[in-house]
Amino acid sequence: MTVTTPKTVPDAPDRKRSLLSRLPIVHQVRQSMGIQRFMLVAGLVVTGLFILTALLAPVIAPYGYSQLRGDDGAFGSQQAPSADHLFGTTVGGYDVLSRTIWGAQTALSVVIVAVILSIFVGVFLGLVSGYFGGWLDRVLVVVCDAIYAFPTLLLAIVMSIAISGGQSSLWGGVFAAAISITVVFIPQYFRVIRAETVRIKSEAYVESAKVVGASNARIIFRHVLRNATRTLPLIFTLNASEAILTLAGLGFLGFGIEPTSAAEWGFDLNKAIVDVSSGVWWTALPPGIAIVLAVLGVTLVGESLNDLADPRLRGRRRVAAASGTVAATSVVPGGAQTAGPAGLGGLESGETFGDDGIETRP
Amino acid sequence: MRPTPHRRRVLLLSSTLADAAATPAAPAPQPSSRAKKRRSGGLGRYILVRFLLIIPTVFILVTLVFLLMRTTGDPITAALGGRLSGAQLQERIVAAGYDRPVIVQYFEYLGQIFTGNFGETISDNRPVIEVVLTYGAATLELAFYALIVAFIVGIPLGMVAAYFRDRFPDAVLRILAILFYATPVFFAGLLMKLIFSVQLKWLPVSGRATTSSELELQLLDGKTGIYLIDALRSGNPDVIGDVLAHAILPGITLGLLTAGIFLRLVRTNMIGTLSTDYVDAARSRGVGELRLVRKHAYRPALIPIITVIGLQIALLLGGAVLTETTFEWKGLGFQLAEYLQARDFVAVQGIVALLAVIVALTNFIVDVIAALIDPRVRY
Repeated sequence: MTVTTPKTVPDAPDRKRSLLSRLPIVHQVRQSMGIQRFMLVAGLVVTGLFILTALLAPVIAPYGYSQLRGDDGAFGSQQAPSADHLFGTTVGGYDVLSRTIWGAQTALSVVIVAVILSIFVGVFLGLVSGYFGGWLDRVLVVVCDAIYAFPTLLLAIVMSIAISGGQSSLWGGVFAAAISITVVFIPQYFRVIRAETVRIKSEAYVESAKVVGASNARIIFRHVLRNATRTLPLIFTLNASEAILTLAGLGFLGFGIEPTSAAEWGFDLNKAIVDVSSGVWWTALPPGIAIVLAVLGVTLVGESLNDLADPRLRGRRRVAAASGTVAATSVVPGGAQTAGPAGLGGLESGETFGDDGIETRP
Repeated sequence: MRPTPHRRRVLLLSSTLADAAATPAAPAPQPSSRAKKRRSGGLGRYILVRFLLIIPTVFILVTLVFLLMRTTGDPITAALGGRLSGAQLQERIVAAGYDRPVIVQYFEYLGQIFTGNFGETISDNRPVIEVVLTYGAATLELAFYALIVAFIVGIPLGMVAAYFRDRFPDAVLRILAILFYATPVFFAGLLMKLIFSVQLKWLPVSGRATTSSELELQLLDGKTGIYLIDALRSGNPDVIGDVLAHAILPGITLGLLTAGIFLRLVRTNMIGTLSTDYVDAARSRGVGELRLVRKHAYRPALIPIITVIGLQIALLLGGAVLTETTFEWKGLGFQLAEYLQARDFVAVQGIVALLAVIVALTNFIVDVIAALIDPRVRY
C-alpha cells in the first residue's frame, strides 16, 4: 500500500544508491533484520492478501454480497457450513464467505478515500498554519487539539449522522464512513506537518528562496512540502488500520452501510451477537477474523516502519548506521536528537559495514 | 515547546510517536521528590493555564457537535418523523423552538450548557444529565475493571518485553500487543462469549447481574449504581458472586485492548531507561536484575506512562460503547447506542457534549498529576 507513496531523497549519499534500494518499502526491508524483518515481511504479505482479496472479490466470492438465492432456490437462514456455503449463511440468508470477501472491498475503499482526504486536508492546513503562523495558527492548533483529545468513535458517529443521517447506499455509505473517519485523522496529519513546517521554515534554503523572491506558494509547495512529507507513509499505515477499526465500529453500531448496498464486517458482526448466544459461531468468526487479519497486516507494516525510523527502537548499531541522518528519518519532528537516552553518539558512530544488504557509509 | 506533548490521543501505534516526544531525556531519578515540594511560581501558573485551556476545548467540541447534529435538520423530525402527522410534527418543532434561526438556538444551547442543562431526550423525555448520572455508574464500573485487567496484564508484560528486547519473548509479546489492538472489542467479546458462556457455560452471557440480584440491589438504601459496591454493602455473598461473574468477560474484553497499549508503552519507555548510564552504574554495583528492572528502569519510565494511562479515558469511552453493546451492559455506551437506534439526536448530542466535558476535565487532572510528579513538565 505504501509502495506507491513517493519518498523524497534527503541528502547526497542517498543519491548514490540504486533506484531499487531507494524505493520506500524495499529500502526498509533491506534495512531491517531479525524479528523486525520478519514482522515487516509478514505484515506486507498479509496486507497484500487483503488488497488482492478486495480487488478480486468479484472473481473469488462464490455469490454476491446481497444474493439471497442460488440456482436451486433460497439459501435459507442460519445454514451450517456445507459444501455450498463454506461458512454457512446468516440470519438474513446471505452467504457468510461471500460477504466476508466483499467486505474487504468495502474496507479498502473506505481506507483509501479516508486516508487520501485526510492527507490532503491535514497536510494543507498544517503547511499553511505552520508557515504563516499568527492567529490562524493558534486557532487551528487549539481546534485540532480539542478534536484530538476526543474519543474517535463518538466523533465518527456524530459525523456520520451529520453526513447521511446514519444510512445510505454503497458509495454514499463509503463516503459517509470515510469522511467521518477523515475528521478524526486530520488533526494527526496537521500536527506532524505543522511541526515539520515550523522547523523547515527557519532553514537556510527557505530564507534563500525568500531572498531570491520566490512566492509564498512556491516556497510552501516546492521547498517546505517536499521536505516535510517523509513521515507521511508512516502515519498513513497507522491510520489505515485505525480506519478499518473505526469503520467496523460504526457498522457494529448500525451506522455503516446497508447490507443490500455493500458487505461490511462490523454490520455482520452486530447481526451475529444474537447468533452467538444460541451457539451459531459461523456468522461471527469469518468477518471478525477478516478484521483482525486486515488490521494486523497493516499494523505490522506500520509498526515496523515506525521502529526502523526511530533510532531508540531500531534494533542494532549497524542498522542505525545504515539508516542515514537520524533527524531525517525520525517521526518525532526535531525531537530525536534530544529524545534518545541512548544518545545519538552511540548509535551513529560512523562505523562501516559491507555485505548483507546494509549499505556502507562513506 | 508546549508542555503538553501527552495531550495527543493515544492509539496503540501513534503512542510510539507520542511517547518518544513525551519521554524527556533520560530522567535522572534524583531530586524530583524534593523539587515537588519546592513549588516555584511555575506550578501554580501551569495549573491555571491548563485549567483555562479547558474552556476553549469544551467550547469547540460542543460547538462542533451542535453544528454537525443540526445539519441533518431538526431532531424532532429525525426521531418522530413518519410516526406523527405533519401538523403534529410542526407543532412540536415550534414548541421546542427548533423553528428559530440556528444561531439563536446555538446561543440558547450554550447558555443551557453553562448552567448544566444538557437538554431532554425526545424518546423518553428524561434530562440528559440524569441519563448520564444513572448509566455513567455502570460505565465507570466497567472502566475500573478494564483498568485493573490492563494494569495486571500490560505493565509486567511490557517490562518483560523491554528486558528481552529483540529476543524471542519480546517478539511474542509485541505480536500479542498488536493482536490485542487489531481485534475489535466487539469481536473479542463475541469470541469470549462463544467460548466461556456458550461452549463452556462458565460465565453468564450478558447483562450486569441476574434479575434476582438486580432486584435485591434495587431495594438497597442509598444505592450507588456501581453494582460491586452495592453488592458488597448488601453483604449477600450470592449477589457479590453473581455481580463479579457478570463483570469478568466485559472487564477482560475491554481490559485487553488497553493492556496492549500499556504493554507497548511500558516497553518503549523502559527500553529508553534500561540503556541509561545510571542503570549501567547500578548493574556494575551489583544490583540484582529484577531490582534493576523494577526500581531503576521502571520508575523513571513511569511519568509518560501515567499521563498516557490517564488519557486512556478517551479510548476507554469509545471501547466502552462497543463493549457495552456486545454484553448488553446497561451503561452509558449501551444507552448511547439505543438512542442512536431511536434516532434521538438530542440525547446523542447531550451525551456526547457531556462526555466532551468529562474528557477535557480528565485531561486536565492528568496534566496536573504529571506536573506534580515531574517538575520538568511545566512552563
